[in-house]
Amino acid sequence: MLVEQISVFIENKKGRLSEIAEVLAQNNIDISALSLADTDEYGVLRMIVTDPHKAKKALADHGVIGKVTTVLAVAIEDRPGGFYEALTVLTDNGVEIKYMYACVSHEKGKALMILSVENPVEVEKMITQSKDGITNPSAIYRI
Amino acid sequence: MAILHPEIETLPREEIKKLQSEKLVWQVKRMYENVECFRNRMDEKGLKPEDIHGVEDLAKLPFSYKQDLRDYYPYGLFAEPLENIRRVHASSGTTGKRIVVGYTDNDLDMWSDCVARMLKAIGLSDKDIFQVSFGYGLFTGGFGLHAGVEKIGATVIPMSSGNTSLQIQTMVDFKATAICCTPSYAMYLAEEVEKAGVKDQLSLKVGVFGAEPWSESMRHEIEEKLGIKAYDIYGLSEILGPGVSCECEYQCGMHVWEDHFIPEIIDPDTGEVLPEGSTGELVFTTISKEGFPVIRYHTRDICSLEYAPCKCGRTHIRMNKPSGRSDDMLIIRGVNVFPSQIEEVLLDFGGNEITPNYIIKIDRVNNTDTFDLDVEMSESMFTDDLKSITKTEKAITEKLRSALGLGVRVHLVNPKTIARSEGKAKRVLDLRKL
Repeated sequence: MLVEQISVFIENKKGRLSEIAEVLAQNNIDISALSLADTDEYGVLRMIVTDPHKAKKALADHGVIGKVTTVLAVAIEDRPGGFYEALTVLTDNGVEIKYMYACVSHEKGKALMILSVENPVEVEKMITQSKDGITNPSAIYRI
Repeated sequence: MAILHPEIETLPREEIKKLQSEKLVWQVKRMYENVECFRNRMDEKGLKPEDIHGVEDLAKLPFSYKQDLRDYYPYGLFAEPLENIRRVHASSGTTGKRIVVGYTDNDLDMWSDCVARMLKAIGLSDKDIFQVSFGYGLFTGGFGLHAGVEKIGATVIPMSSGNTSLQIQTMVDFKATAICCTPSYAMYLAEEVEKAGVKDQLSLKVGVFGAEPWSESMRHEIEEKLGIKAYDIYGLSEILGPGVSCECEYQCGMHVWEDHFIPEIIDPDTGEVLPEGSTGELVFTTISKEGFPVIRYHTRDICSLEYAPCKCGRTHIRMNKPSGRSDDMLIIRGVNVFPSQIEEVLLDFGGNEITPNYIIKIDRVNNTDTFDLDVEMSESMFTDDLKSITKTEKAITEKLRSALGLGVRVHLVNPKTIARSEGKAKRVLDLRKL
């Protein structure tokens, strides 16, 4: 399914991460998944949260730049080969992954993959039409 | 020490004034005839060349500015037809366009005289071997010193800048007795010489250093480490290049060659000429130059003039080391940098709506200027894709390098982390202790 992700710019400096976490906590925003990509000096913190637009506004008030983009959340089988099978669907269809990260699912036996692709709407269709072990996570808790 | 042109260099001040007056009247007349920009400014003031009788009328004359060189780029301010221009030099302007200056045969001869006077004044002769480690090219440094060295009959090593190990090897092998370069490069050379342990193989006696600000403590360090006497030389392309003024053996201010240049110290805000001894903006009038002459040109350098006679016997006034600028120009590793150049590059990355906030940080580490630029991340630069942010950062770095001719380390920082005072961000943090 398509989900909205909030990404924020974060300098590699002591305390920056906890500042962001604090703002989200104060605004009662729950984080379901996150990943941090970084260089020596800065990084991009990507999160799936309960209300990304509210999070963006709250963070902006604290001088943190954020962007809300659409990514794909895909549930895969939490067993050997599950990830491979999911990737095969994408590779076979020539889909390039810009970045991805994984998180545990609240549904037993499933894991979650968050994918950033060029055209998420099309890729979502492609995935829902395939059968190879990929399920739509719409039933999964919170996402 | 020897004086190259004693009849001129020790001319009594009254005589200098007389000479200047004659030359000024000549210069004003020919510039009025040949230089449109100057003629227009005179007309605006209701002045005719006949109104100028001598140096006492200098303050009546209109000012000229660096902007003029851009407005009349490239040859619009030349006072001689191009067939009489033997050489041009150019330097970086504030925003893209370079400034161009031209020299006639007489100008080149006068220029080499100015440099030769200095070389004599610091004790050099035809016995010396002079390594010119200023860059050769459009920059006036290399060719300027080169011609002066030839004029005193010494041997020139036209080394140009860069390649430190080859510089040192050349100094040692060719038995260079003198060198010129920027003072920060001299410091670097001194350290490399120390590291290589070749100080006792050097034949160096003196160094001529200029093109960027340096301090007395730097002078002592260079002198100590290289076992030489270090002398200061001043100049700017718009007036001549290196040699407008320079130190004599006594190292007590730089003699301005007043038979060619008339200096004034003015209040940069009002344009008023300040009383003798005051500190203010240095303004030059070139009274001998033919190709590219200027009247009351704003150097933007802040300094003071010393009128008392010098122990060396020269009567030409001395200018003190410039203590700053009346504009926001920075000199980083010898390169002139204006914050406006940086702003222009950054504007492209701000979606052409707003310039991202930035701060220039300059320091001197191991005698080399460090040049860092913090840029606040903005909505238009940020994406969820780290690779494209890194790409933006590299693009900024590259664009700045080509705009400034100087490498800069760009750092992307959180928004609103650059301090603002009274709503306006402070743009420059210069931590160099000069």
